[in-house]
Amino acid sequence: MAPKTLYDKIWDAHMAHEADDGTCLLYIDRHLVHEVTSPQAFEGLRMTGRTVRAPEKTIAVPDHNVPTTLDRLKGIENEESRIQVDALDTNAREFGLVYYPVDDVRQGIVHIIGPEQGWTLPGMTIVCGDSHTATHGAFGSLAHGIGTSEVEHVLATQTLIQKKSKNMKVEITGKLSLGVTAKDITLAVIGVTGTAGGTGFVIEYCGEAIRNLSMEGRMTVCNMAIEGGARAGMIAPDETTFEYCKGRPNAPTGETWDAALAYWKTLYSDDDAHFDKIITMKGEDIAPVVTWGTSPEDVLPITAHVPAAKDFEGGKVGAAQRSLDYMGLTPGTPLQDITIDTVFIGSCTNGRIEDLRAAAAILKGQKIKEGIRAMIVPGSGLVRAQAEEEGLADIFKDAGFEWRLAGCSMCLAMNPDQLQPGERCAATSNRNFEGRQGRGGRTHLMSPAMAAAAAITGKLTDVREIM
Amino acid sequence: MEKFEKLTAIAAPMALINIDTDMIIPKQFLKTIKRSGLGVSAFHEMRYNLDGTDNPDFVLNKDAYKGVNILVAGDNFGCGSSREHAPWALLDLGIRCVISTSFADIFYNNCFKNGILPVIVAEDELQVLMKDAEKGSNARMVVDLENQSVETSDGEVITFDVDQHSKHCLINGLDDIGLTLEKIASIDAFESQMAHSAPWV
Repeated sequence: MAPKTLYDKIWDAHMAHEADDGTCLLYIDRHLVHEVTSPQAFEGLRMTGRTVRAPEKTIAVPDHNVPTTLDRLKGIENEESRIQVDALDTNAREFGLVYYPVDDVRQGIVHIIGPEQGWTLPGMTIVCGDSHTATHGAFGSLAHGIGTSEVEHVLATQTLIQKKSKNMKVEITGKLSLGVTAKDITLAVIGVTGTAGGTGFVIEYCGEAIRNLSMEGRMTVCNMAIEGGARAGMIAPDETTFEYCKGRPNAPTGETWDAALAYWKTLYSDDDAHFDKIITMKGEDIAPVVTWGTSPEDVLPITAHVPAAKDFEGGKVGAAQRSLDYMGLTPGTPLQDITIDTVFIGSCTNGRIEDLRAAAAILKGQKIKEGIRAMIVPGSGLVRAQAEEEGLADIFKDAGFEWRLAGCSMCLAMNPDQLQPGERCAATSNRNFEGRQGRGGRTHLMSPAMAAAAAITGKLTDVREIM
Repeated sequence: MEKFEKLTAIAAPMALINIDTDMIIPKQFLKTIKRSGLGVSAFHEMRYNLDGTDNPDFVLNKDAYKGVNILVAGDNFGCGSSREHAPWALLDLGIRCVISTSFADIFYNNCFKNGILPVIVAEDELQVLMKDAEKGSNARMVVDLENQSVETSDGEVITFDVDQHSKHCLINGLDDIGLTLEKIASIDAFESQMAHSAPWV
């Protein structure tokens, strides 16, 4: 048999139908649903008299619009946000979906609770009307974002019309240095490939530095595959993966677990499998990084200086100048001289327990710089509960952070957590686009440890200097 | 879905690269539970000043580009979020065709589901089309899906590739779900086989 990549294997195992013209129907094992990209899809079902084919494989949770303040159960003030969350509530109950409403302790960001509840398992196909669905690829599943029309298609047919992507391998060799995390890996890779470098590809991340990551770290890496333009990112499952899955509420048990495990152990790229593009980086060469501009590819080591537009070529010259103007930065300024107003730790990229532990390790016994607004938004109610149990919440509160309830929050600012024009934020989220965190807001992406360090000094800071 | 066969229209130049879906339709407009009415909010932050007045520098606010149906844009158009609100907003604004050197994957798919044709051309071809678009209302571009070609106002013809299934659906205005449901027997069979071989799914 011809050697296959991990992506090839999962693709082949989910081919429900292939037409003569090569158009494929890919069977979908898990469909995750949130309130922003689904109402029009459910409306479409109603208008055509169709129903949800596999409600038991369809998992719904409100996350984008929900307030993260402690008083949120009194209701959502913004009328449109409230209507959207209410619509999900109605749709989930009417169509009989698996549902985690806002008052359920298991509620959280869809990409955090999928793995947490054991819905995400190796070898699966997983989609959601959300580009950060790539997160679930950390389990060796094929997971990617889809549009609302496709959400409706999956609801009605449990399949997706697909063309196969090309295979890309991103190998991170060796070990990471002190202060370097999964977030630095994924940003550094995008810094090399650019935001369109992965277009048309599914990326498999591999190499010693990836193998040594926890599941939380692997999810951070795969989460941002989309920022590199890739359809999906994935990591072959191993003992770390199986250990994480075992005992989760919706993971198999007993003989079914054994059968699943035997299958999961076949999920790796064969030695001589073909990759259309290969990128190799040394773990030792990756430094703690931050973004300076308004594209996730605008990545530099924290020890670098703000670049000038003339440092770039082609269309990037104009884009870089626009970024510098928007970000209010002068070329040549050391990145560590950039002062910030706000710190946001959370999101589907960095809202898991390990991220909170990393931030707490830096913040223990420290105070945030006077005048800084700092918030920690755990990715789920269960992450929040665990952080409280481990004493992390007290560290955050003592340092001066707001300790919030779970949701997407300031990552995309659909709820009340927003930046004001000109406000500058050290953020652990995934996008630094113009206006992403609020019109005129300026976002610098970084790891939780780096964001915690920035909260203490009030500037972009090399976390290695205070470790 | 409205059919797309041949479009003769004014094109607007947007040379910026990496025009992301947050730029096309910012998050505050994603709270709608409808598909319609987003056109007025398209490109909101570039298009309007903070006080809500039109930004005269934005291309679509210029007289020469009123009623435009085609965008010619820089590389990696539609990157970022999966929000289908982006093509909904463009469609509501009257845009039926976007031409660039590359598109983000999800946005590209979303266009076809909404009667918008995304056209991928080479860098030098984009420059030709960008120049033609700069002529404003003095020029008309012709986008012909059947023949997979774009013709400038000077008569220069540039051809493009497109997936044949997507082309067929777009030309005929077909509903994907209806087509897939014709293959329901294959899906049923696949599902029963999976229930046996992978019961944990």
